[in-house]
Amino acid sequence: MTDSATMESKKLVTGVQALAQSDDTEGMSYLESLPRRLITLYLPLFIILIVLLFPFYWMALTSIKPDEQLIDMNTYNPFWVVHPTFKHIEKLLFETEYPRWLWNTMYVATCATILSIIASVLAAYAIVRLRFKGADTVGVLIFFAYLVPPSILFIPLASVIQAYGLFDSPLSLILVYPTLLIPFSTWLLMGYFKTIPYELEECALIDGASRWQILVKIVLPLAVPGLISAFIFSFTLCWNEFIYALTFLQSTPNKTVPVAIVNEFVDGDIYKWGSLMAGALVGSLPLVILYAFFVEHYVSAMTGAVKE
Amino acid sequence: MSIVQASMPPQSATAELPSVWQRLRTNKNLVALWFMLPAAAFLILFLAYPLGLGIWMSFTDERIGRAGIFIGLENYEWLWSDTIFWLSVFNTLLYTLIASAIKFAIGLYLALLLNRHMPFKAMIRAIVLIPFIVPTVLSAIAFWWIYDAQFSIISWSLIKLGLIDHNINFLGDTNWARGSVIFANIWRGVPFVAITLLAGLQTVSPSLYEAATLDGATDWQRFRHITYPLLTPIIAVVMTFSVLFTFTDFQLVWALTRGGPVNATHLMATLSYQRGIISGRLGEGAAIATAMIPFLLAAIAISWFGMQRRKWQQGSDND
Repeated sequence: MTDSATMESKKLVTGVQALAQSDDTEGMSYLESLPRRLITLYLPLFIILIVLLFPFYWMALTSIKPDEQLIDMNTYNPFWVVHPTFKHIEKLLFETEYPRWLWNTMYVATCATILSIIASVLAAYAIVRLRFKGADTVGVLIFFAYLVPPSILFIPLASVIQAYGLFDSPLSLILVYPTLLIPFSTWLLMGYFKTIPYELEECALIDGASRWQILVKIVLPLAVPGLISAFIFSFTLCWNEFIYALTFLQSTPNKTVPVAIVNEFVDGDIYKWGSLMAGALVGSLPLVILYAFFVEHYVSAMTGAVKE
Repeated sequence: MSIVQASMPPQSATAELPSVWQRLRTNKNLVALWFMLPAAAFLILFLAYPLGLGIWMSFTDERIGRAGIFIGLENYEWLWSDTIFWLSVFNTLLYTLIASAIKFAIGLYLALLLNRHMPFKAMIRAIVLIPFIVPTVLSAIAFWWIYDAQFSIISWSLIKLGLIDHNINFLGDTNWARGSVIFANIWRGVPFVAITLLAGLQTVSPSLYEAATLDGATDWQRFRHITYPLLTPIIAVVMTFSVLFTFTDFQLVWALTRGGPVNATHLMATLSYQRGIISGRLGEGAAIATAMIPFLLAAIAISWFGMQRRKWQQGSDND
């Protein structure tokens, strides 16, 4: 803060620039010196990123470490691997039922997500655009459904599933997961549908389109970003779900990845860590890859559901 | 709607008496009913009904494989005098309070950092969210290995640094276990809080900060009088979600400790699973789960009334 006159003029100039350009300008950050930025921005950010990513590094490292390096932390530096091996991953894929578990998870997640999206699109359209009697109440009820956690429902649901004869079947999860996904997706899609101009629908109505045609031919194509957000976020939630899968599935081949990892690998073997970490890594990768392609949609799904 | 009818030539021929099918197709409330049906079916069959059934089951002595009979408040009386149940209530409250408070503090701090101008901004933001994307159980397994009693990398590093002289028993010692589980929860929750708060921060106009700076406001004053008030609504929503999900957490604790050592990390959800499914006493498990409902309602009510009060203060009626 040396020369206030030049500071003022600088600010004026940048103010005009900020008006001219969008919000992605430097803003006032030029006011800070580099050392100050190092201490207040880069250093804390670096530490937080290291902490956030370390478990994944450790997971990946362990899954390619030979057994003797895993338990001998003195001859080898544990933060690195000397002769990486694919033994653990091989064992996982060919000696366990891991591919089957992966398939189960994907199957359940895909089916449940598709079912939920269909139900949510219809419900969201009805609430936002048909404006039927009590639409607002239904909207609020759906929001409250979002707040009901699985951990207070799994016991009664277990007996419902038992009564329907769906115990130990993937179908039980396909039918139950939509209760987690529909409230969220409906809420998200309601936000998207609200942004579509009424005029488009009115034109279609005048041209004689039915409500169904309007939904399929006008609203859905315009809401594609919302649909993608809802789809991938729902898919992630399904993949992540644990307590229902743990309660409803009993036999080993029917399990999903999270349940199988927790229950099937824990045999007291000191060498289990390699394949356990390989299992966790392989189970996370599909989601991380999906995430890498759709980062923006993820963020808009997460913030969209919270903002309303 | 009347214009629509008139402009459809095939219908105008039979316009005098619309058939039942016609009415089903055009009556707004009936069409809406059809549209709502799939979602409503799922939510009623697998959400509303089990919710009611759970409360009913908590008044019975149902066990796995045997239908229960109504026993009134016996389950609750039994839980009332059960020290393990009260320990789990204490653990759940401790877990929720500490984890949520720290998640909020670090999350807000991280959001403020990410909101600043820097190279590779988009990529750093994308990386931050990864812990939230990876399934909780799978990252919990990684933490399990990090917290291992014998081969913990944390213990190893601290010993090499000369800070401790023997391995820390992270998941075997009562307080260490609590701390470890809470840390893992914070680790997973911070990205969610940070990214949603960041979205809120981006809606704050930079010109407000510039004006405040011209008026001589310090960093803290700008945060306290611009950022914080404008961010309050989204903070309330995010923290409500965070508190609810932390309070009802199950998978992280189950994967790490299964409630041990000596029930020190048993949350109400894990205790409910232990009693209800593993021991087979469905009625008692349902009672523990039902006992969570008042806490959840209280959390929702607090944030709801907080928002209402704020709306009233601002005098706005839009959502």
